[in-house]
Amino acid sequence: MAEVSLNQITKSFGAETALRDVTMTVPNGAFVVLLGPTGAGKTTTLRMVAGLDRPDAGSIAIGGKDMSNLTPAQRDVAMVFQQYSLYPHLTVRQNLEFPLKSPILRTPRAEIDRKVGEVAEVLQISHKLDNKATALSGGEMQRVSIGRALVRDPAVYLMDEPLSSLDAKLRSDLRIELKSIQANSGATLLYVTHDQIEAMTMATHVGVLDQGRLVQFATPREIYENPVSIYAASRLGQPRINVLPADVFAGSPVGAAFIGLRPEQILQGEGEGSVVQRVEHLGDQTRLHLTFRGHDLITVTDAHTTLKGGDQISIRPNKPFYFDKAGARLAQGGRP
Amino acid sequence: MAQIRIENLRKDFGAFNAVKSSTFTVEDGEFFMLLGPSGCGKTTTLRMMAGLELPSAGEIYIDGVEVGMKPASQRDIAFVFQMFALYPHMNVRRNISYPLISQGMPRAQVKAKVAEIAEILNITDILDRPVGGLSGGDRQRVALGRAIVRDPKAFLMDEPLGALDAEFREHMSHELRALHDRMKATTVYVTHDQLEAMQMGDKIVVMNHGVVEQFGVPQDIYDWPATRFVAEFIGSPPMNFLDFRGVVGIGATHVTLGGTTLDVPELRQGAAGDLTFGVRPEHVTLDDAAPYRGRVTATEYLGTTQIVLLDTAHGVVKARVAASDPVRVGQTTGLAFDPRTITVFEGTTGRALPSRANRSVLHHG
Repeated sequence: MAEVSLNQITKSFGAETALRDVTMTVPNGAFVVLLGPTGAGKTTTLRMVAGLDRPDAGSIAIGGKDMSNLTPAQRDVAMVFQQYSLYPHLTVRQNLEFPLKSPILRTPRAEIDRKVGEVAEVLQISHKLDNKATALSGGEMQRVSIGRALVRDPAVYLMDEPLSSLDAKLRSDLRIELKSIQANSGATLLYVTHDQIEAMTMATHVGVLDQGRLVQFATPREIYENPVSIYAASRLGQPRINVLPADVFAGSPVGAAFIGLRPEQILQGEGEGSVVQRVEHLGDQTRLHLTFRGHDLITVTDAHTTLKGGDQISIRPNKPFYFDKAGARLAQGGRP
Repeated sequence: MAQIRIENLRKDFGAFNAVKSSTFTVEDGEFFMLLGPSGCGKTTTLRMMAGLELPSAGEIYIDGVEVGMKPASQRDIAFVFQMFALYPHMNVRRNISYPLISQGMPRAQVKAKVAEIAEILNITDILDRPVGGLSGGDRQRVALGRAIVRDPKAFLMDEPLGALDAEFREHMSHELRALHDRMKATTVYVTHDQLEAMQMGDKIVVMNHGVVEQFGVPQDIYDWPATRFVAEFIGSPPMNFLDFRGVVGIGATHVTLGGTTLDVPELRQGAAGDLTFGVRPEHVTLDDAAPYRGRVTATEYLGTTQIVLLDTAHGVVKARVAASDPVRVGQTTGLAFDPRTITVFEGTTGRALPSRANRSVLHHG
């Protein structure tokens, strides 16, 4: 396993700039999730590390070794794509064994069997080992393609939305499994997703990408509790952070253009009146859609609240975030 | 707008039974969700309501009139597929007016109607634009406009947001629901996404293998599932199930799991043999003094809360606790279960045993 470092990477496709001056270090043994909407540059970053695309400027090193002139095969990375790609004429077992049978690795038979058995167990496909790859459901094929990466012991695993095609239950099982495989093996993993739950629950570090720029790189908790901008704050948290003009509430500091309020930053039952527009019972919690001085906001309350549409409720900000005109977070302790 | 009543509806495709015997009522003006995994019969049910499939048995009443065997065109229902199906060579106005013009409505009336719909959907300013250059949201609004403009008795929607990415989906689901609140149109909406169903629906029907498992308001179904299937399908993470063997009598107020006595709402029916103790993650608290023990194997940070996974003598239990609670992987702790929220399931049938707490909800279902 190895550290991966990206140094001032820039990449354009025609007139489109996909990445702008991205510098980032994936520490050895870290689980780094790149998060952002479609077009933010997540997959491009991954493909650069894999060697499938070349940067226009900047360099990439894996384990301290410059990768500039190395082909994907020479880089010792294992990549899992969003779209599974299996050998259709082989069985599941043969597909999983394939990387281990490479003449370079020369893995002993017993070791191959042990690894394949172990990975199949984790991915819940043991009972399908002797099926043809084409006789599997989409979710099963995707698990086999994850498995084919996991049997190897590469310098770094690269994964591009590997769970997005799976159903909810399997996704939540595999989230926990992937995380524990990574934590136990000390593997370095660079993982792309637009699913914030995956980012929050699995990542040791999250890289937030915005139109090709890396805007924040920190632990999920740090990004949630201490975001650098409206954009970064909006990536994590459900319901999404509420962003209102700062002057809607009294007491905003100098330079504040916007106030950011996560549900836990809105005290209920004190402050000024707002009107409940809609009450959404989600089971474990209830979301309140409120209007406050002409602005919409969403917060969370007790699952069995008796509030209903049309009711009044007082609210007050509690340790909110403040942002400037451009959406950047104001320095801590900015006082009115 | 209309009430839709489904009675003993059944559909067979050759030897395959897609819908067994569904009975439920969509009240006038309701936003009604048909929820279940793929292959559960929800889309078949919707298609029978629309007249795109004919039932093998049973009745469909729209405003009291039985329409089961009538063709789609005589039911006055608007079916919204994946929402982006627009006529690419027409502009927005012509896309929306098309259903009216083909009905032979006079031009002046069409114009007034389109203007009214455009106002509701907030697309007045793009009426004369070609649909080609529109954003996803605007295309979806136009598709909706074309469905609404006919003033149908009901809207039937089959996973209309299924293809969208998470952020846009969330936005459109709010918008759809807000539109419903303004228009109060009876809407039946098919989804496999339990969160979407909870979030948008006034009522939910949960289906599995062609059978209606439960029917009711979202919070009731969440709190008091009629079956283990419902308890597992709804909620993320789902309800925890602690399987045990035992005997419980009518009036029992506790069960015994591996020597630990756990309180439950007073049972109204007895059972013996394989049983399941069901508890939602947010009703599990970590309490060192509690006698039921578990070992923390992992935690999942979620911002406001975290999910703690614990190994117990009866399997893995997930607890939802505040993100600020210090929890260490490897630590052994007691687990307390809020006794007011417990459901006991019969092992073989998976049905919830009626109790003092769930009685009124199960009676509806």
